[in-house]
Amino acid sequence: MDLIVDGVIQAFHLLVSGDPEVIQITLLSLKISGAATLISTCIGVLAGTVIALIRFPGRSVIVTLVNTGMGLPPVVVGLFVTILIWRSGPLGSIGLLYTPAGMVIAQTIIAAPIITGITLSAMQHLPGRLRLQILALGATRRQMVWLLMKEARLPLLTGVMAGFGGVISEIGASMMVGGNIKGYTRVLTTATVMETGKGNFAIAIALGVILLILALAVNFILTAIQQRK
Amino acid sequence: MNRPIIEIKNLLVRRNNRTLLQVPQLAFRSGTIVSVIGPNGAGKSTMLLSLMRLVIPDSGEILYRGQRILPGISIHRYRRKMSMVFQEPLLLNTSVYNNIASGLKIRGMNRRNIRPAVEEMMDLFGIAHLSKRSARSLSGGEAQRVSLSRALAVSPEILLMDEPFSSLDAPTRESLIADLDRIIRDRGITVIFATHDRSEAIRLADEIIVLNEGRIIQSGTPAEITLSPADEFVAFFIGTETILSGAVTNAAEGVFTVSVNGSGVEIMGEVEPGRRVTFCINPENIIFSANFPETSARNSFRGKVVKAVSQGLFHKIYFDCGFILVGYVTGRSMETLGIRPGRELVASFKATAVHVIKVA
Repeated sequence: MDLIVDGVIQAFHLLVSGDPEVIQITLLSLKISGAATLISTCIGVLAGTVIALIRFPGRSVIVTLVNTGMGLPPVVVGLFVTILIWRSGPLGSIGLLYTPAGMVIAQTIIAAPIITGITLSAMQHLPGRLRLQILALGATRRQMVWLLMKEARLPLLTGVMAGFGGVISEIGASMMVGGNIKGYTRVLTTATVMETGKGNFAIAIALGVILLILALAVNFILTAIQQRK
Repeated sequence: MNRPIIEIKNLLVRRNNRTLLQVPQLAFRSGTIVSVIGPNGAGKSTMLLSLMRLVIPDSGEILYRGQRILPGISIHRYRRKMSMVFQEPLLLNTSVYNNIASGLKIRGMNRRNIRPAVEEMMDLFGIAHLSKRSARSLSGGEAQRVSLSRALAVSPEILLMDEPFSSLDAPTRESLIADLDRIIRDRGITVIFATHDRSEAIRLADEIIVLNEGRIIQSGTPAEITLSPADEFVAFFIGTETILSGAVTNAAEGVFTVSVNGSGVEIMGEVEPGRRVTFCINPENIIFSANFPETSARNSFRGKVVKAVSQGLFHKIYFDCGFILVGYVTGRSMETLGIRPGRELVASFKATAVHVIKVA
């Protein structure tokens, strides 16, 4: 019990004193997961909309793949990306292994199917005749897609929140692709695992609390936008 | 006679090996209100969606002021001459004001011009007080008023409506139809609206098109359709349930007699004896009395009331006089004549009130 209490007290000190290393890790986590979420939103919203609105051969196979992708294990993504960007791998020459850019790629692969799947579902749940009504108002195809996206904005933001939540909290891919290099690729999840392994519970708890606050803050902002009248 | 604003030529729409709509030729004149009536699945919605170019036909064409309308990336320019109101209001998840403004925004109108156009529509439809309300919080009648305001705010040349009143209660429907009738006639808008409610069609339309199984069965003024239905289907659909047939037994001086189950029905017209005739009698033309009346009605039959069904202010009477006649009586007549199943009465109608549908 003392271990936990001491850990929480020390964590509080670390947070209040603004430990430079903790701040650096936090900012890097935010940058990597933020960038991955942003890229995934662009890919996911576009792909989800296209799949929802256009009928094409093999569409049901694509939908099944997207739904499967929503539950993609981060460690499998990590393994796949690591092999791909390994020095002797197909994309090894680009030099992405153990870099923040490599981590962004891995996290994008995790978040994109989540946002695609939720976008697809959101678009399909709009009234079937709404599309016809918007076209009947004289909309061009582009205007129609934009208006449909605006109609589905609440579930779309849920998709973005789910995507961000998925990548800020994942560890497998970040550890394998980033390598947990101090000051370069160390993020909140990888640092928490490492400090726990070393028995530094105070730092581990502090990092865990920051992770929770971060997830809470981002979701709070997105929820505020989502629920805005 | 106004020139056609929009025409259909040899239009065929098929889906899943089924013909949804087949129209060889149809023209809508500018400034008229046309009602497309028919049962569910008759092809009414397909016709409206085809006119809006929201359904791709298998063959045929649509002409707007004599010009062929081809599908393509500029099809929105054609659609912007029109507006469409669906059965469900299909409002966007935003305020009432923004919903009404949406068609104008899509057309790229600037905000300064949008406001007066939207406000005018809100005033006309009596919804100015709802301006800032979320569309999601409206009642069915309010939402349909917003939908109509949105459609008319863009000043369309043609307004298409697909059963716009069917989900509304009777008082709301009545007041909305009255407002709409005034607005569209004031503005001279060509209106084409689908309905399965014949009273709605008769009330609003200058011309009625009767559709069944994707084909036009009859078109004409409400009076023509009601008084001279082209066949049994039209007669039944517009509310004439008394459709009878029999052989002509006698013909003299512009009147012929048709034997129906042994009773002779006298009909104005000239048909040779021996021919088989199908005819109908509008319920409004049948008069019930306790005894044979002293009127000019050539047809009077004694019989019994089979059943009486309340229709609000009126009661529909099914009367057996050797064949079944269907007519209406008021609540007051129900009482004075003591109408109930089994009651003996006399039903009368004039020879001119009988409409011959078919002579074989």
